[in-house]
Amino acid sequence: MVVIDATGRPPLASGAVPRPVRSRNPLDHDVPTGREEAWRFTPLRRLRGLLTGPDADGKVSVTVSAPAGIAVEQLDAADPRIGRSFTPADRVAAFAMARAGGATAVTIPAEAAPAEPVIVHLHGESPRPAAGAAAGVAYGHLLIEIGPFASATVVLDHTGSATYAGNVEVYVGHGASLTFVSLQDWDAGAVHLGAHAYSIGRDAKLRSFTVTLGGDLVRLNPTVDYRGPGGDAELNGVFFTDAGQHQEHRLLVTHTPRSCRSRVTYKGALRGDAAHSVWIGDVVINADAVDTDTYELNRNLVLTDGARADSVPNLEILTGEVVGAGHASATGRFDDEALFYLQSRGIPPAEARRLVVHGFFAEVIDRIEVADLRDRIMASVAARLGETPAEDEPATPAAAGQAGA
Amino acid sequence: MTAAVSTLEIRNLHVSVETEEGPREILRGVDLTVRKGETHAIMGPNGSGKSTLSYSIAGHPKYTVTDGSITLDGEDVLAMGVDARARAGIFLAMQYPVEIPGVSVSNFLRSSATAVRGEAPKLRTWVKEVKTSMEALEMDPSFAERGVNEGFSGGEKKRHEILQMALLKPKIAVLDETDSGLDVDALRIVSGGIEAVRAQGETGILLITHYTRILRYIKPEFVHVMAAGRIVDEGGPELAAVLEESGYDRYVKGGGAAAPAGAGAVS
Repeated sequence: MVVIDATGRPPLASGAVPRPVRSRNPLDHDVPTGREEAWRFTPLRRLRGLLTGPDADGKVSVTVSAPAGIAVEQLDAADPRIGRSFTPADRVAAFAMARAGGATAVTIPAEAAPAEPVIVHLHGESPRPAAGAAAGVAYGHLLIEIGPFASATVVLDHTGSATYAGNVEVYVGHGASLTFVSLQDWDAGAVHLGAHAYSIGRDAKLRSFTVTLGGDLVRLNPTVDYRGPGGDAELNGVFFTDAGQHQEHRLLVTHTPRSCRSRVTYKGALRGDAAHSVWIGDVVINADAVDTDTYELNRNLVLTDGARADSVPNLEILTGEVVGAGHASATGRFDDEALFYLQSRGIPPAEARRLVVHGFFAEVIDRIEVADLRDRIMASVAARLGETPAEDEPATPAAAGQAGA
Repeated sequence: MTAAVSTLEIRNLHVSVETEEGPREILRGVDLTVRKGETHAIMGPNGSGKSTLSYSIAGHPKYTVTDGSITLDGEDVLAMGVDARARAGIFLAMQYPVEIPGVSVSNFLRSSATAVRGEAPKLRTWVKEVKTSMEALEMDPSFAERGVNEGFSGGEKKRHEILQMALLKPKIAVLDETDSGLDVDALRIVSGGIEAVRAQGETGILLITHYTRILRYIKPEFVHVMAAGRIVDEGGPELAAVLEESGYDRYVKGGGAAAPAGAGAVS
């Protein structure tokens, strides 16, 4: 057995990747103290009580716009499709499942290939709570099923504000192909915890994009499991963590059948005091998962002092017969030489920074084939940098005094 | 002297860099005048200060000007930021151009042309302009879609630098060892690109080089020899021929103080 842990710490007794309790019953999950591996980066005080499963006192509205032929249903809590491929691995996800009171289900039939994306819009309708006021808690469960050999794009768009625990269960049929975008474009006060569980059928392909821009605290757990050989999962992520924001992405890809592929590419930019991003990339290659091909990458660009990026890739390999298994993680600052190069071509400093950040994210964002969404994400990033696009920026002379010194 | 036609004047330029042992002076009083349409070669051994001079003109923050002046048509260049210098008409072709991942060459060229010209070039004429310039430098059209300097070969990087010079039409272009690392074919193509800009007569060129090889393609009117942070000899093209024969030994033997007769600058 080969255990690789990029943190340099000795591997845990059971392997590099912790195995959580899996149960639908919230009480089977211990209340975290903050010292657990899975919670050690998360500021528990800012979860607004979600760990105790308070009654819902807020609302997240769900609006689905889907092309013809796609079924959108409201399932009741007893529906057997809920939890078919997802069992909660932590207390908040278990509470979300127990208290969502059912699920919204989107079903793309076998062999369908809708030309337009399905848009699921979740809008938090609870403004940022004042001290002592209701936290605006809401729970949700979303079920997305892609029938065998179907091909579709589904966009999950989170806006507004709430204290939201929401699970997403994605079931990709054999030979199907799904592009899934989850955009966390919350208002500043939102708290969002979510398990995003992807179950990949034989010879099926998932291409997912997790884009986290807003919110006070966002903590997502994307997981991938394969139900047969030939599955292919691309997990792309982009986050822009601003002052005071906590954005955490904890991924777990479990290779159990043979001949599956996974690619994880997350890129983050951080700016401002107490901006904190966490990226955990766990990959397990089980003993029978021969011919696995996996690579995970996290790159962070720290734009200012006072921001902190934690990045921990873990790879646990229980078979030596793999095509490839690797990871890379790097966190750096602006490349001053790149900024000098751009400025030496007349480009003002602010625009030079914008170009570098744009280029940094482009590798991931340019893969999103929904043009409106791509533009919206880039515009949001540009707005967060506090700058306008090149065309609108007059070539103003730079302030004197920075020359040569 | 009148400053009517794009004149870069460098007077008594002293430049230091910060080192672990404190500031170290690299340029020790450089005087140089480059006018529109002229081509000057600055030659010298490694460590003589050639690259420091080029970066100081462009305004790289690593270099601190401790004394002297640089003006362009009488305007104080040292008071300008890096980007303002470029917009004023100064261009530096870098010895080691840096990668800017994810920023396409076409986006970069348009952003910089927009900044330098003060308005976005008209799209139709711009596309044609870029295409023509790229063809002249024997660059494949697919080049425009690649990330800036990302995975470029040495020759591609230098052609990309000259492409930018051709499009930005600077008043003064400083070419920092543009010939280094080029094979014969690439040197011919790059030199052709420089000659094309020169032939328009609107740009003063400061060609910084260690070797005389590029001077077979580009004939400078003025040759300056730099050693130990000063210009220690000046002449016409015939000086380059002498250097080709004898190298820099006579300028560096016995230290920089032993400048030969005809030294252009004293501190």
